[in-house]
Amino acid sequence: MPETSLQAPVIDTVERAAETPDREQPYGALGLKDDEYARIREILGRRPTSGELAMYSVMWSEHCSYKSSKVWLRQFGQKVSPAMKKNLMVGMGENAGVIDIGEGWAVTFKIESHNHPSYVEPFQGAATGVGGIVRDIISMGARPVGVMDALRFGAVDSPDTARVVHGVVSGISFYGNCLGLPNIGGETWFDPVYQSNPLVNALAVGVLRHEDLHLANARGVGNKVVLFGARTGGDGIGGASILASDTFSEGGPTKRPAVQVGDPFAEKVLIECCLELFRQGLVEGIQDLGAAGISCATAELASNGDGGMAIDLDQVLLRDPSLTAEEILMSESQERMMAIVRPEKLDGFLALTEKWDVETSVLGEVTDTGRLRITWHGQLIVDVDPRTVAVDSPVYERPISRPAWIDAVNADTAAALPRPEDGDELREQVLRLLGSPNLADKSWITDQYDRYVLGNTALSYPDDAGMIRVDEASGLGFAIATDANGRYCYLDPYQGAQLALAESYRNVAVTGATPAAVSDCLNFGSPENPEVMWQFSQAVTGLADGCLALEVPVTGGNVSLYNQTGDQPIHPTPVVAVLGVIDDVARRIPSGWQDEGHNLYLLGTTSLELDGSAWAGVVHDHLGGRPPAVDLEREKDLAALLAAAASESLLGSAHDLADGGLAQALAESALRFGVGARMWLGELCERDAIDAATALFSESTGRVLVSVPREDDVRFVGLCEGRGYPVLRIGVTDGSGPDAAIEVQDLFRIPLDELRVRWTATLPAHFA
Amino acid sequence: MRIGVITFPGSLDDRDAARGIRIAGAEPVPLWHGDHDLQGVDALVLPGGFSYGDYLRCGAIAAHSPIMTEVIEAANSGMPVLGICNGFQMLTEAHLLPGGLIRNEAGAFVCRDQRLRVESTNTQWTSAFEEGEEIVIPLKNGEGGYIADTATIERLEGEGRVVFRYLGANPNGSINDIAGVANERGNVVGLMPHPEHAVEPGFGPDTAAAMRSGVDGLRFFQSVLQTVLA
Repeated sequence: MPETSLQAPVIDTVERAAETPDREQPYGALGLKDDEYARIREILGRRPTSGELAMYSVMWSEHCSYKSSKVWLRQFGQKVSPAMKKNLMVGMGENAGVIDIGEGWAVTFKIESHNHPSYVEPFQGAATGVGGIVRDIISMGARPVGVMDALRFGAVDSPDTARVVHGVVSGISFYGNCLGLPNIGGETWFDPVYQSNPLVNALAVGVLRHEDLHLANARGVGNKVVLFGARTGGDGIGGASILASDTFSEGGPTKRPAVQVGDPFAEKVLIECCLELFRQGLVEGIQDLGAAGISCATAELASNGDGGMAIDLDQVLLRDPSLTAEEILMSESQERMMAIVRPEKLDGFLALTEKWDVETSVLGEVTDTGRLRITWHGQLIVDVDPRTVAVDSPVYERPISRPAWIDAVNADTAAALPRPEDGDELREQVLRLLGSPNLADKSWITDQYDRYVLGNTALSYPDDAGMIRVDEASGLGFAIATDANGRYCYLDPYQGAQLALAESYRNVAVTGATPAAVSDCLNFGSPENPEVMWQFSQAVTGLADGCLALEVPVTGGNVSLYNQTGDQPIHPTPVVAVLGVIDDVARRIPSGWQDEGHNLYLLGTTSLELDGSAWAGVVHDHLGGRPPAVDLEREKDLAALLAAAASESLLGSAHDLADGGLAQALAESALRFGVGARMWLGELCERDAIDAATALFSESTGRVLVSVPREDDVRFVGLCEGRGYPVLRIGVTDGSGPDAAIEVQDLFRIPLDELRVRWTATLPAHFA
Repeated sequence: MRIGVITFPGSLDDRDAARGIRIAGAEPVPLWHGDHDLQGVDALVLPGGFSYGDYLRCGAIAAHSPIMTEVIEAANSGMPVLGICNGFQMLTEAHLLPGGLIRNEAGAFVCRDQRLRVESTNTQWTSAFEEGEEIVIPLKNGEGGYIADTATIERLEGEGRVVFRYLGANPNGSINDIAGVANERGNVVGLMPHPEHAVEPGFGPDTAAAMRSGVDGLRFFQSVLQTVLA
């Protein structure tokens, strides 16, 4: 620790703390406020020892305690219908939520932020973000089977963006590839609002049989508490309290020592070791060590169990023997796990960790004292009720205030901006959008990730969602997508959050899967800013209302606050991950056209909704107005329609319409397999009373572009009409090869080669 | 027919290789790096991954695993041995194949559907292909640049021991676009691309016919079935 060293000349024992009530303690430097420190003294009836202070400071940090967000997050537990609980095996509050997907299988998934470390040290920050979320999955008893990430970077042409992009992408590539987990998608955005505050949200999914589900708790008096995995070192100390819960300030001291360092090989071995421990029934529960390290693991295990635990800190295997007790309690060294083991199974446990060359030490045991007691050099340095550390942390009802600027921003609609009218101008703008950083091809990034390993990847980037087969015999699988649009959320955080949910939901539905559960990663500025807190409260309420309307439960996630530099917060960015289930991945719907002569249908209707759109941003550098309307009942109908069409195998392809509107969906559908199309927009413009530019660039929701083989035409149209969903034929797929093109009748023709060059050139031009 | 797949700490594509063997009609036998026992298998696969985290050099530590004593003995007495990616790196480190693999020229890990030309069908792992045939096999590696001294390259080329060559842009800077090589007897083959990821329709590389339908990798395992059973 810098200036305010915790190293006391003599060990700060419980006894000494009681005798020296007036000793000054560096709680401010550890991120605790005056009233929080007073509360700790009140709980203990004395001043905390330096070890206790270390524990409380990390566990009561914003990152670990959710003290500013808790009051709003409760809605996810309150706005729940019976249908949402039906397949929910484990809800929020555990390491990760678990969903029953049928046939005795369950899926667990979670998305989590690693934003601040990824700015300070992009490579290690992103790498350990992957490592941390994967350990959450393992601790549920599941085998991790896939990862994806939602990334936000600064302006594409800023020199510092290249530093962060290279570090983050190679960190994810290094760690995920080495773990042997396919990276099946995600998203990448560039916007100056993330310049000094990139977002790295890592998602992992695991699968397990119902009977293999394990919860991390310390039950059974006399059971052993065992630490295994990597040794404990000086990395990541105070990461939770100082890094994740503080705002970056210009010219402040470098925070690099607080970023953890990852070793994916150690984690890969740890995965296999944990799965074998579970399989052989050698453990009662396993808790991963993430933020707040041993402090968090011991306090949470004890709180979730019988309440008591006795730990001898001298038993912790160290990488650096000079570490103090406080540093050991706070260290966030990676690739460590804590297990609860019955005494009679300890020998078996140790034999198995030895087989995998995983270092192990027994730290103590579960007690019935209701106290978490930790000794160091034979002296008692921590004696607390673990619930006061892990559960009953402070709860703040932060002031909220609707920003004064929002009315003016909402009034500034993009509908007033000049729209192109002739074919040449439309053609030029289609290409400009396609090559813009947020819509351009991301394979420069995704080609650095292994998408094949494990052999079950049924869909991955550039498909709308990733898809993984779970059961090799039946073909049962899941699809998953993440989405967030910070521009929409800036205009209206309530609706913006619902738009993210609707898009993610639709991205899963277009694969033919049925959406089943949600995990979210809520990235916002400082909660001490009432306007940010208003954005947060609106977004959470929008998301909770939206999940209730769609009847998909939120199973867990993460909140990342203080994403701002100085006074400038990021756009509110609630990243929403939706997971869906599909009975047989063989019936999944491709995202692009594969065959000539299929009819192209547009599902849904289009209105003049260009506010916050990619078109407004790219062509006019404009952000104002009100985001597109969301109709969640319609989204539900659309998902059901797609699932029905998929189960009858009526669709050649399906592609969601979102950023960039129809123009982007056409280009991506064509480029996926190199098949062109002839389009006509006349009927669409007439039916919806819009101009061609609106037809191409509007971001109205509830729309999907599908291709249908001619022989299935009648059945497909009948299916749509029977369900009352608007459907209109707008084109037909054409040939492939060098002459392939997208031709929009009376307006323009763009050869696929030209489209491809524009789409693929942008990222390599900036980063390769 | 039984084909062993060796798991080293950090192996990743071991279960995928076993799946490919099963689909081809043989029985996969999991083998553990720490044992001195090949369990009487008829052929061996050293799978891809990051054994020992690629510490020191890729494949260098695994090449000294206990089981490698038996692997080297079996290879020298003619047993078919296939090294895929990290397995190829191990085979060069164990001197069962010449040359070595270095960091990709562009510096970054690359994952892509890779076109290859089959240059030799005179090995136990390629007899089911046509010479000169174009196939597509997923490639995914960070250190796949094949290098050897000029004399070795000339010898490999002269003796027809370059088994696969990259088509299109060279993905990693390999000399002469070399993707895979064989030993003199043709029983030991190593390559960087991953045949076990092109064995099952729906989960392989894209083809002109349908999404993810490529199964060119299956013929590696069918080749060894033919040659061993012959």
